[in-house]
Amino acid sequence: MALTADHGVQGCQMLLTLLLAPLLTGFVRTIKARLLRRRGPTPLQPYRDLLKLLRKDVVLADSASWLFRVAPYLIFSAIWVAASLVPTFASGLPFSWTADLIAIVALLGTARFFLALAGLDVGTSFGGIGASREMMIASLAEPAMLMMVFTLSLLAGTTELSAVARFMLNADVGLRVSLALALLALVMVAIAENARIPVDNPATHLELTMVHEAMVLEYSGRHLALIELAASLKLLLYLSLTACIFAPWGMATAGAGFVDYLVGVVAYLAKLAAGGLLLALFETSIAKMRVFRVGEFLGAALMLGLLGTLLLFVSRSL
Amino acid sequence: MPLSLSLGLAMALFAVGLHAIAVSRRASCTRQVYGVSLAVCIILLGMALAHLLGGRTPITLTLPIGLPWLGAHFRLDALSAFFLIVVNLGGAVASLFALGYGQHEQAPERVLPFYPAFLAGMNLVLLADDAFTFLFVWEFMSLSSWALVMAHHREPANARAGYLYLVMACFGTLALLLAFGLLAGPNGGYDFAAIRAAQVTPGAAALVLALALAGAGSKAGLVPLHVWLPLAHPAAPSQVSALMSGVMTKVAVYGFIRIAFDLLGEPAWWWGGLVLALGGITAVLGVLYALMQHDLKRLLAYHTVENIGIIFIGLGLALAFQTNHMYANAALALTAALFHILNHSLFKSLLFLGTGAVLTATGERDMERLGGLIHPMPWTALAFLIGAAAISALPPLNGFVSEWLTFQAILASPELPQWPLKFLVPAVGALLALSAALAATCFVKAFGITFLGRPRSPAAAEARETDRYSLVALFVLAALCLLAGILPGLVVDGLSPVVSMLNGGTRLTAQSSQPWLTLVPVVDVKSSYNGLLVLLFMAFSGIVAALLIHRFASAEARRGPAWDCGFPEASPATQYTAGSFAQPIRRVFGSVVFQARERVFMPPPGDSRAARLEVELRDPVWERGYAPIVAAVVALSSRFNAFQYLTIRRYLSLVFGALVLLLLGMVLWR
Repeated sequence: MALTADHGVQGCQMLLTLLLAPLLTGFVRTIKARLLRRRGPTPLQPYRDLLKLLRKDVVLADSASWLFRVAPYLIFSAIWVAASLVPTFASGLPFSWTADLIAIVALLGTARFFLALAGLDVGTSFGGIGASREMMIASLAEPAMLMMVFTLSLLAGTTELSAVARFMLNADVGLRVSLALALLALVMVAIAENARIPVDNPATHLELTMVHEAMVLEYSGRHLALIELAASLKLLLYLSLTACIFAPWGMATAGAGFVDYLVGVVAYLAKLAAGGLLLALFETSIAKMRVFRVGEFLGAALMLGLLGTLLLFVSRSL
Repeated sequence: MPLSLSLGLAMALFAVGLHAIAVSRRASCTRQVYGVSLAVCIILLGMALAHLLGGRTPITLTLPIGLPWLGAHFRLDALSAFFLIVVNLGGAVASLFALGYGQHEQAPERVLPFYPAFLAGMNLVLLADDAFTFLFVWEFMSLSSWALVMAHHREPANARAGYLYLVMACFGTLALLLAFGLLAGPNGGYDFAAIRAAQVTPGAAALVLALALAGAGSKAGLVPLHVWLPLAHPAAPSQVSALMSGVMTKVAVYGFIRIAFDLLGEPAWWWGGLVLALGGITAVLGVLYALMQHDLKRLLAYHTVENIGIIFIGLGLALAFQTNHMYANAALALTAALFHILNHSLFKSLLFLGTGAVLTATGERDMERLGGLIHPMPWTALAFLIGAAAISALPPLNGFVSEWLTFQAILASPELPQWPLKFLVPAVGALLALSAALAATCFVKAFGITFLGRPRSPAAAEARETDRYSLVALFVLAALCLLAGILPGLVVDGLSPVVSMLNGGTRLTAQSSQPWLTLVPVVDVKSSYNGLLVLLFMAFSGIVAALLIHRFASAEARRGPAWDCGFPEASPATQYTAGSFAQPIRRVFGSVVFQARERVFMPPPGDSRAARLEVELRDPVWERGYAPIVAAVVALSSRFNAFQYLTIRRYLSLVFGALVLLLLGMVLWR
């Protein structure tokens, strides 16, 4: 198989997700700080943090095993592969058929599985509390996400993301109840999966309220850098997923010219900025909920997803 | 020729079992029995593979034994060849494992004679081609596995498990007996060829399906007939647990497929609905039960219940599609179910054998007393981790592929015209998604508490790596889990003769011709998955990241005490335990399903008693379904107890009275 320009575009997309992810996280932090009338760090701060962490030595706990050292690379690679399989500025790229939306959700599951195991590895109570709560959240968020996938694929006739994006660009999709429900479910799942307020607080170090931060408490140096980068990639993934499905405007198709790709990139950046802005607004205007309210929050997401699917089983026009 | 050879090999297994009765106390006997079992299983496996992949026509054989007017019929077709592969693959690996593990057996004379007989029984069930032979060898399989469950019969829990197993096995065989009776009709055509040719009325067919579900379902572990399984599977030695959970439940599924898809004619639409609903409930309840367990083997046994549910979801969808003559979709659902059968036999055997290795090393099955085993047993831990990831349906391993195929089959189902199915299928899809996510939680708990952290007991701290035979067996299974995950197209193509046999000739399109061996089950839907590329991408990005970071950033690692927010606890007892890990799930799901209650007993100041946290769980199935039956049986038997102590005079008058009553009844009825 000859290397074509499309493969180059695919490579660009992989690198773009990797390079943009810390910027998105920094952007959301800056906006949040401004909304709280603080000056806040520059949006580039996450890059500096990552570089600093990468250069530092790793301090391993005495009871850490080989799994603890391997897990960051596994988590990073699973999330990066998942993130680069979501169409960002162009759909129908050469490897877009490698994994459909179900597989992308499952790849995130792989990353979560190893993250939770890494939390349990050192044998501290904080690692355990984080892992246990993360898995509780995931065991509701993942089915909600899959129900959202069902709704989409019943409409589009496939679980392939590029094809879904092309389908959603059609004018005759129109406004549908089931799509509204799916969007709501996706947003709720995204908030929970990315450890954002009101489910978890990415900035907290108040021990008993943290979930994600508790799991990675023992990590340091390059391992921590990889995990932070993976977390940023996951946020980027969910935003690009929402954009790709519900706002695919401006996206180029494979084999298009340079100008189309450029338009696609600009549109993608605009969508990310809008998504980041909305997220920051949402986070500053709401309080964190108790851990055991999360079950109800995500149960609602699951029911919304199920309702959307059920509507489509009843009638294709809803 | 292959058929008579396989029967001969099954007889050889019996002979080994008989031989073992005589010499089981000798040390060399363990080697002999498991060595011969391994060899026989490998030959049978090769033969079944050749039959399935060679696309051969069915072979039949009739022997003049059994019922004189019937004889014993045997048949080797694509369906039995596939299940022969599952059985003998599991059997071969379990025997290999037992070459090392069996040396630690306390009572070899109670295991060695029955082990080959159990293997032979499972093989013969798959080959039987008439109702009498089928039921006979089915019962033989049940009894030999019962004997293995009772191997350590001095433990009261095992004796109870054995008793319950016996009762449920009798119930299951009774249901199958009635099912075959209905199938054979008043003229008693008991061989399967006659049953296939005969037509049963719709009412009788419905009854047969219900009885087959009860009979095969009680052996497979379908809720609410699963109660014996989590007690009996852990009671046996680990290689037998692996066989019972990974393989014998599949033989039960074979029984259901044989009756529902092959022997019974055209399905009615509600059959699929019934099987789907049962499958969905079984999947979620099974994994919730598993999450509440602290005993590693019992957790795995409950998890088998979940996977049986997933298999039955696939079968139910296939039935629903076949009713409506949507054979392409039925082929997809059947492929998903058969693929999951193969997958589950691989990873469940792997996990049970891994538990056996832990049991040898520590003598413990209770997760609350394990922990940190990844340090002394790194290889066992790696194999167990692969099994745990595979069963949690994580890409790029094999469990994900079969769940993905099941999801694709669910997504193909809005075309079903029946309204109840339209409502049922998405609900079952949600149940399947929920059970997949809970399975991951369950295996984070199983692996994390057992192998990670710090040792919770001296036994766990002093563990040693298991022997080489066991490790080879574990890694054979782990490698197969990975291979089936990254080359699913080859497996799907291998399954296609079975699918087309059960599905009126329709099968999935050949997958091996797809570029990059991508899995594209339904061409016009275009949903695709490529495990190989996912693995390559992950490996590439992970390795490149590691190399770049180690070359250009930092490669140093120091050891230090755990940070733990500045308060590292010295005692391993302060770690999260299995119970505390499952607490959020218990709170979210358990309070509804199991009516979970937690009570904290805090002694008043000055009182030196320890504080206690008590957790109470109620088993809804046992309390609603079985407890009333047990109570009724006990009440009735205590009522009739008085009849045991009568004088001979009274017994005679009772007999006389009964006779008169019966005669009167006959006269009146005429």
